[in-house]
Formats: sequence, C-alpha cells, structure tokens
Amino acid sequence: MLRRIAQKNIARVAGPSRARLLSTTAPRSADITLTIDGKEVTVPQGTALIQACEQAGAAVPRFCYHDRLAIAGNCRMCLVEVERSPKPVASCAMPAMPGSKVFTNTPLVHKAREGVMEFLLANHPLDCPICDQGGECDLQDQSMRYGSDRTRFHEITGKRAIENKDLGPIVKTSMNRCIQCTRCVRFANDVAGVEDLGTTGRGNDLQIGMYIEKTMDSEMSGNIIDLCPVGALTSKPYAFQARPWELKKTESVDVLDAVGSNIRVDSRGVQVMRIQPKINDEINEEWISDKTRYAYDGLKYQRLTTPLVREGNRFVPASWETAMETIRHGYLNSGARGDEIKAVAGSLADTEALVALKDLVNRLGSENLALDSKLGDSAPAQSVDIRSNYLFNTSIENVEDADAILLIGTNPRHEAPTINSRFRKQYLHRGTEFAVIGEKFDSTFEFEHLGTSGKDVEAFLSKSGDKGFAKIWKEAKKPLLIVGSAVTETQDGAAILKAVGKHVLDNSEKFITPEWNGFSVLQRAASRAAAYDIGFTPSSSATSTKPKFVYLLNADDVDPSSIPEDAFVVYQGHHGDHGAQFADVCLPAAAYTEKAATWINTEGRSQMGRTAVPPPGASREDWKIIRALSEVIGNPLPYDDTLQIRQRMFDISPTLIKYDQLEKPSTEIFKTGLQLLSSLKSSTSSSNPLKKPITDFYRTDPISRASVTMADCSKAFTKKQYQPSDVDENAQASYA
Amino acid sequence: MPRGVLPLLRPILSSSSSHLPITPSVVRSFSSTSRSFLATPAGRNPFEPRNTGPKKISPGPIKTPNPRESALADSTTSGSQHQGHELSQTSSTAADQWPDYSKGPSALDKASQLFFFTEIVRGMWIVLEQFFRPPYTIMYPFEKGPLSPRFRGEHALRRYPNGEERCIACKLCEAICPAQAITIESEAREDGSRRTTRYDLDMTKCIYCGFCQEACPVDAIVETQNAEYSTETREELLYNKERLLANGDKAEAEIAANLQADHFYR
Repeated sequence: MLRRIAQKNIARVAGPSRARLLSTTAPRSADITLTIDGKEVTVPQGTALIQACEQAGAAVPRFCYHDRLAIAGNCRMCLVEVERSPKPVASCAMPAMPGSKVFTNTPLVHKAREGVMEFLLANHPLDCPICDQGGECDLQDQSMRYGSDRTRFHEITGKRAIENKDLGPIVKTSMNRCIQCTRCVRFANDVAGVEDLGTTGRGNDLQIGMYIEKTMDSEMSGNIIDLCPVGALTSKPYAFQARPWELKKTESVDVLDAVGSNIRVDSRGVQVMRIQPKINDEINEEWISDKTRYAYDGLKYQRLTTPLVREGNRFVPASWETAMETIRHGYLNSGARGDEIKAVAGSLADTEALVALKDLVNRLGSENLALDSKLGDSAPAQSVDIRSNYLFNTSIENVEDADAILLIGTNPRHEAPTINSRFRKQYLHRGTEFAVIGEKFDSTFEFEHLGTSGKDVEAFLSKSGDKGFAKIWKEAKKPLLIVGSAVTETQDGAAILKAVGKHVLDNSEKFITPEWNGFSVLQRAASRAAAYDIGFTPSSSATSTKPKFVYLLNADDVDPSSIPEDAFVVYQGHHGDHGAQFADVCLPAAAYTEKAATWINTEGRSQMGRTAVPPPGASREDWKIIRALSEVIGNPLPYDDTLQIRQRMFDISPTLIKYDQLEKPSTEIFKTGLQLLSSLKSSTSSSNPLKKPITDFYRTDPISRASVTMADCSKAFTKKQYQPSDVDENAQASYA
Repeated sequence: MPRGVLPLLRPILSSSSSHLPITPSVVRSFSSTSRSFLATPAGRNPFEPRNTGPKKISPGPIKTPNPRESALADSTTSGSQHQGHELSQTSSTAADQWPDYSKGPSALDKASQLFFFTEIVRGMWIVLEQFFRPPYTIMYPFEKGPLSPRFRGEHALRRYPNGEERCIACKLCEAICPAQAITIESEAREDGSRRTTRYDLDMTKCIYCGFCQEACPVDAIVETQNAEYSTETREELLYNKERLLANGDKAEAEIAANLQADHFYR
C-alpha cells in the first residue's frame, strides 16, 4: 500500500525512471542558487530548504526532519522566514527555490520557534533528571535556546498522559515524553520494513503505537532509539546505566556480520556501555542492526581471562609461560609434521591474526588452513585467486542503482541487515524487483520465489522466460545477482557458481560495465573476506590429511568431527564457547572492542577497528599471542610490532591496509574470475534445497551467544515467546 | 614601598634630575611608574586612603624589563628624545601633585602625639578593658559557635518521608563536581525506577564547594552542618552510599530546618 502510494507520488513528480523522494539520494540535477542569511548557496534542485540552510552554515532546529527519512513536516520547529512569504515557512517541507531570500535568524523566526517550543513543552514532562536521553536530547538542547522558564498553560487535568507501550526487549518507551515527530513511524515503515508502527488520533491526541499490543519484530528496531529526538524511546538494556558525558567514544567497526558497519563504541572505564552507529554513507548509512548494537553485553560474560590448560576433565588456570610451554610440549609430542598441523579460523578472527597464523603454520611446513564454516576444511568451491569471486563487487552503495535483484541462497535480512535496508529503500522508492532462489524468508520487500535448490538456479539462469521475474531479469539494465556465502558451503556450491558464472559471462554487456558490476557474493562472517584475501584456504592435498595438532583461532562453529580425538588442540579466542571445549590449551585473546585490528568487509573494503577498552585479565591481542607462540615453538615470526605486521600485510596484498578505500577490479580481471567460475569441474546440481545459514539471527557468534540481551531478543523475536510486562506499573514506580 | 617612599623622595628626584648625577634611566623609570600614584588633585587630603580600584593610567613610554636594555635604549637618540619629553612633563605637572599639608594635622599635633605615646596609651587601655570582660574563647568541643544554614560540611543523602531514597541517579552532581570526588553507578531497580547502585564520595578529594547540592534536582545530596568527622585513616573518608544515607538519616531534622531557613533565597 505504502509502496503504491509512494510510487504514485513519484510518478507524478518525476516519472518512473526518476523514482525518488526528497529523502533519497538523488542523482544530481540542475543546480539552483538562493540566498540564506545573506549568503549565496548553490544546491541541486529539489533540495529541501533545511538542507540548503545547513549548507549555508545556518543551523535550523528540527525534530521531525531527518536526512534519511521521508519528510513529515509536523513539528514546525524548522520555521524560517522567506522573503515575500506571508508566514514563516517550515523549511523541511519546502523545496529550495532559485533566487529566494531566506532568513533563519530574525526576530520573527525566533518568536515562531519559541511558540512551537512552548507548545511542545506544555505537554512534555519535566523529568530530564531521570530521562536517559538527558544530555543528548534535542528537545533539551533546543529548549535552552528557544524555551521559556515558565509555562503559560495551567490545565486542571495536568499534562497529557499516555500509556507506555511494550515494544520488546530492546526499546523502552515513555510515551508521555513523545512529541509526535513520527520519526519512528517513518523509520519502521520505510527503512525497517515493519509496517505495524503507526499513529492514531489527531492533534493533541495523536499517539504512536502498534494498534494492537505486540512487539516490534525488526532486526533494526534499535535505530528508532537514536532517531527519537526526545526520551520517549530509549534503550532497555542501557536503561539508566550511564550518561552521555561520562562515556569515552571510540570509532570502530562492527564484526558481527560481514558488512563492517561503522560504529562508535561508548565505554566507561573498562566496560563497553553501548554501541552506536557512526554515519558512513558508503556502508551502513546511519543504521546498525540490533545485534551490532546490543551484543556488547556478551563481552562481559563467559570471557577467557587467563590461559587455561586441560588437566584430565577440567581446565586449570595457568600462566602464559606454562600455557605456551604446554603447547610446545603438545606440539612436539603430537609429532605433527607438514599438513598434520592444522589451523582453523573462525568468523571473528582479525586480519592481523590470520596473517600471523598463516605465516606460522606455513613456516612449520603446513598448508592445512581451514575455516570453521561448513566445508571449510576443503578448498573453497569458487577459486579465491580472483578477488571478485568472493566479494560483494557491486559495492553496498551501488546496490541502490540495481533495477532487478536475484538473491541465491541468502537471507540478507539476517546476513546483512544494513544492506537489506537499502533493498527496502529500493523496493519502496525505485520499484526494484526481487527474486529469491533458496529457502523463503520473512523479508522486508516483495520477491518472486523461483525455487529452492541449485537445480532451480540452473533452470532459471539457462532458460529465458518471458513472464514474471524472468522477463524483468531479461530486460533489466542493471541486474544484480547476489550469491549467499552459504551457497559455497553446500555440495552444490560449485555447480551453482558455475551456472552463475556462465550466465554473468553470457550477459556481460549488462553485468560487467565500467560503472556497473552485477555479480556479488554476500559474505556473512567478518573474517571471511580477509581469510580469502590472504589465502587462508587449505591446499587440496591438505584436505585429506588427518591433523595431529589443531590450532583454533576464534573457531567456534567448527565441526567436532573434523578434530581427531588424539590431536592436540589449542583454542585461541575471547569466549569460552563451542571451540574452547575441544581445547587442550585455551589462550585468552581480545575481542573486537579491545584491539586495534584490520577488518575486511564483504565488499573487500579494509577498515580499522580501534581499541575502546583494554582486554580483560591476562588476555592479549591475537596476533601478539601467535607471535609469542612462534618464539616458544622455536620458529619466530619476523615481526615484532603492529607496523611490521602491517608491512607484512602490505606485502601480501596492499588492499589489506588501504583503509576505507574500495579497490574495484578491472572488467578484464572480473571476467577472468568468472571464466574460472564457469569452468569449475562439477556435476549438475542436485535438488537439495538451499538452507538459510542463520536460523537465529540473535545468536550467531560467541559474543552474541554470551549476551543476555541477545538471548532475550532471540526468545522474543525468533521464538516469539515474549511476555509483555505491565509497563505502566513500572513507570509509576519510577516517578515515586 | 613606592607609595610610602615616593612622596618623600619626590622633591629630591625632581630637583636632582637637573643637577645631581643620577642616570637618566633611573629617573625615567621612577617617574613613569609613580606618576599615577602621585596624581593627586589639588585640595585632596593625601593621607586619605586612596582608591585602589582600577584607574586611568596614562600610557607612558614602552618599558623594557631589562634595566641594561633600557640603559642601552636610553643611550640611543630615540631614548634621549623620550627622556626630554618625560622631564618637561614632570616639571609642568609637579605643582598639582604635591600633597597639600595645610588641611592635615599641624606639625605640632603630630609631634605631641609622637612624644606623649598617645597611641600606645590608647592601645594599652583597650587591653586593660579586656581584663575585666568575659573571654571570647568558646570551649570548643563543649561549646560551639553559631553556624549559617548555608554552612557546607559533611555530605549526606536524604530520603523522602516514606523512607524512599531521594537520589534518582541523574548524575548531575557527579558531572558538576570540580574535584571529581563523586562516583555514581546506576541501573533500573526491580520496580523500574532509576536508582544508584553505587554512590561513592571521596571526602579527601571534596573541596566543599557545594556545587553538588546546588545541582541536585531533588535535594538528595546535601552538605550538613557537621564538620566533625575527622578519622584516623584515609579509607574511612571514602564514603559510600550507606554511609551517606546514614548521615542523612541522622541529620534529617537539621537538614530540613536549614533548607527551610534558606528556601527563600534559592
């Protein structure tokens, strides 16, 4: 419905090919010039006046307007004076007009804004001291400038009172504080794709709610907390924990999926207090998923803080010296030689550690480098010699240009929620068509389900239909084919990739142009792209070797059957999770908030994660542990500090340390990669259905498995067992 | 002290500058620093306490702090120009600047007071009076002097009459504390209200500025009138929430009375 309305509006404004709203990033059209506070600015036509003001350096207060949301124009705080306009104008809902003269700082504007503020404050409770938004509240900040210190409204009934809603384990509501900006409603409908949040009533009686009592089932729901300009929607896990001014803010990178969302880690002392998104238009815009945002409390529980050595059936804390010596003895006694030394890397291994571990294992004469995914023990189905065969070549930002998207064996909503929000945006504003081959999922866009198995992929790509999605796909100018990382983890992976490679090559005039790259692989593990980049894959001979010494680097999804009973197992990681239980020695390492490490996201973009808090107890940075171990084993690695290991990374691949840059392969290389794919040796694929790799979005890795909040979310959203509490009883107590 | 000495030196200086062999740089520095002190309008009692507030000072020549440098500068032509200008100015305004002794006590009065020790006698008389008066000393631990309701002593956390602690963990006191003596940790209590789990106050850091009680929106943290809480160890001065609440319970009546007494001014 919403989509239809949006499209109708668009059609009226710009025609279907230019299907954009003011909120989306439109291709630059003609520029116009106008004067704001005596300053001339030039902006693209169709820009909202508020953005033009922003560009002129005039700060315009706002509550309802948000760059990335549709325009509502209902708070009236952004009033400005425009010459020859009889009344002040809401600058967010007014397009910038050429030649107009705008004033943002006149007595008229001030008076208008003061009036708006007075009305907002008339019904806003004065509970800033107990409000979690205090210190980062738009209303608080702006009332400092436009507010009065006393009210003219005295009503016998008192201020407006609204029942609180229970939106689930993440969002805490205090609806008395709501100023009805409807940012949350617009976010839920447009970006998150949960079309149950809405408004009822009008004017003073307008209420935000879900119509019926239910939780907000979205993996992006945490973002409405950031969006809320007041304290009506606050964070439940962070409730009353800290104040913004106490927190040290560290800009870092998220590693709980492969998107590499930019985050800001807010910490106090040695504790991560919360995680907020950092704006990066090329990756996550302004959104992060709930897992990214709330898995941080897992960093407190189940941590390995001291080296552990297995004695009989239990782990005994040991010093680093003892642990290292035990590993040396274990290594020598196991008699592991050549490929019998096996290293397994998990999804949270950083690039430095991967490089160090690969170097160490190679020095010991082994090529047995495995990943902890399914089939990670064998050489990957796609050839990883060419980067474009395993990366999201289209780049996250360019996804928005696609006009038809085919998803094979992936559920972007759970594997890459922030990319999924871009799909939703396209679906709503551009009318992009989607199709899915693989297990169906609860998506935020409509798609045509073309089948479930590799056979269906081959069938769809080989024959050309002329109805439904097949027709759209044939006519698409910028088709985008996304292969999920789970596809390569199935037996059919090679066959599917072969079919895909062939199809893309056959239609290379559409898929591979200098400005468009329509073949992408969507990784879901933060370390995967880096592991492929440095060649952390087993040689074909190593695949069949039975290992005697196994080194698990953050490998928690490892298949127990791949670890022989008599092998000596070292686990290095930050949580006592699945991988640690196989270990003879556990080495405590730093989690992603505790180390400065390089992460390569699914696009192949290298980003730097920064240290927000020190690692707990005796734990150390991953690559330093491996470096120390190499010394004990008697084969020291040739790098002693971060600069040297980064130099080593540069030697392996310069892209690894070209931070925040995206290296695009040339079309020739891209085609070479596809030729490799299309010449894969494989039989035709079976009709086994492609399964979703993530069954529970909230429990995918050791950090989120240790997190209490994620356990609550899993219970509420995955298992649908949420017991709504009587929130108002609690709210009453908070005013006691 | 220039103020006391300069009026006496003044005639010597002004006369000597013409015929005594004092280096011109000395003269210049004296005259330029002291002119503002000596600028007494005619008819004003020079013995009246002078206004020490900011006054208009006529800009003199730029002085170099190093006397050697200034001497060097004076030897140059530009220095001598300055010097000539300086001297002519002093001579022209000298007449206005002399203290007018005609209005003050005569020399005979001053001499008689000097020779009859009148000041000493008056002082001794006051001492004698005190012999027959009760002593001002209060026997401190047993007697205490009056305290203002605004006195800022040991801290306390207050409760509401129903026993609920007032503190709502807004952390404004922690934020404003200039000595960073307050540490607060908070979370939602079981009933959902915002409360502190930890309220530590380092009394060894505290500077008793009273900002915390000013910042408190619910009058939870207050400074009581108790100043007698010295301890034998530093550790005892690291107060936690229990200690502060106990302080509040002990002194609630007094705190309430003080707040009541002062509410008009807040």
